[in-house]
Amino acid sequence: MPIIQTPGTEEVHPDILLVNRARQGDVQAFEQLVKQYDRQVFRIAQHITQNREDAEDVVQDAFLKAYEKLEQFQGNSKFYTWLVRIAVNESLMRLRKRRTGRMVSIDEDVETEEGSMPRDLAEWRPDPEAQYGQSELAEILRKTIQGLPPGFRVVFVLRDVEGLSTEETAETLGLSVPAVKSRLLRARLQLRERLSRYFRKKDEDGAK
Amino acid sequence: MTCTEFLAELGEFLDANVSVGLRADLEEHLEGCEHCVITLRTTRKTIEIYRNHEIYELPVGIRERLQAAILAKCKKGC
Repeated sequence: MPIIQTPGTEEVHPDILLVNRARQGDVQAFEQLVKQYDRQVFRIAQHITQNREDAEDVVQDAFLKAYEKLEQFQGNSKFYTWLVRIAVNESLMRLRKRRTGRMVSIDEDVETEEGSMPRDLAEWRPDPEAQYGQSELAEILRKTIQGLPPGFRVVFVLRDVEGLSTEETAETLGLSVPAVKSRLLRARLQLRERLSRYFRKKDEDGAK
Repeated sequence: MTCTEFLAELGEFLDANVSVGLRADLEEHLEGCEHCVITLRTTRKTIEIYRNHEIYELPVGIRERLQAAILAKCKKGC
């Protein structure tokens, strides 16, 4: 995204300009922010809640909450990061509602040792995705990531899929930077291990 | 460097967040360890695959409905 720089002033992210206009009652400016980020918010919500209806509700609630709280947005973080924090909290709330009587937190199940040491050391095919159709591949990727503990999954999604920095991910989730790094590595290794079942070279590949 | 030590630094190595000295040590380990080469390559590919494939798409119709609902409420002052 381009950064607008005016002579003699600091760089201003285009989102900040939109936020300022929205604060003054310009709903169209907020509409631009919605159109820019609704898909990302939906993806994050779906990853956390694992439920389509909940994810759709989170999109609505997160943007409405952001709109209500625009005055509280300090501008010392990116608007997107601030919005993601709201969306993550809304998603966890939805998840808690569905699992009444059960505590739900992003610290759930993170003590597992699974995947911390690679076991499947087979080489993958050169273009592993190519052997599957789009919908089959998407199903494999969904199934695989759904198997991760929520506390690993959300870190991987924010950091590696949605492109937040380590620091932004830590801030968003209320975790320390070392905790994010440790969970991210474990998430990456667990996913790699599980995907290996689908993408590893088969014996017959070598014979070709 | 052992494989366990290499793995402990794998995350930082993938994110190009290691010092020149450590990077040289990690690369030296890779030269003699096929297992770690495979782990590095397939972990990098794992990230790439998840980044490049949208697995939860918001269908256009639902997206438009959500946008309309959000903006209608904003116009009313939420």
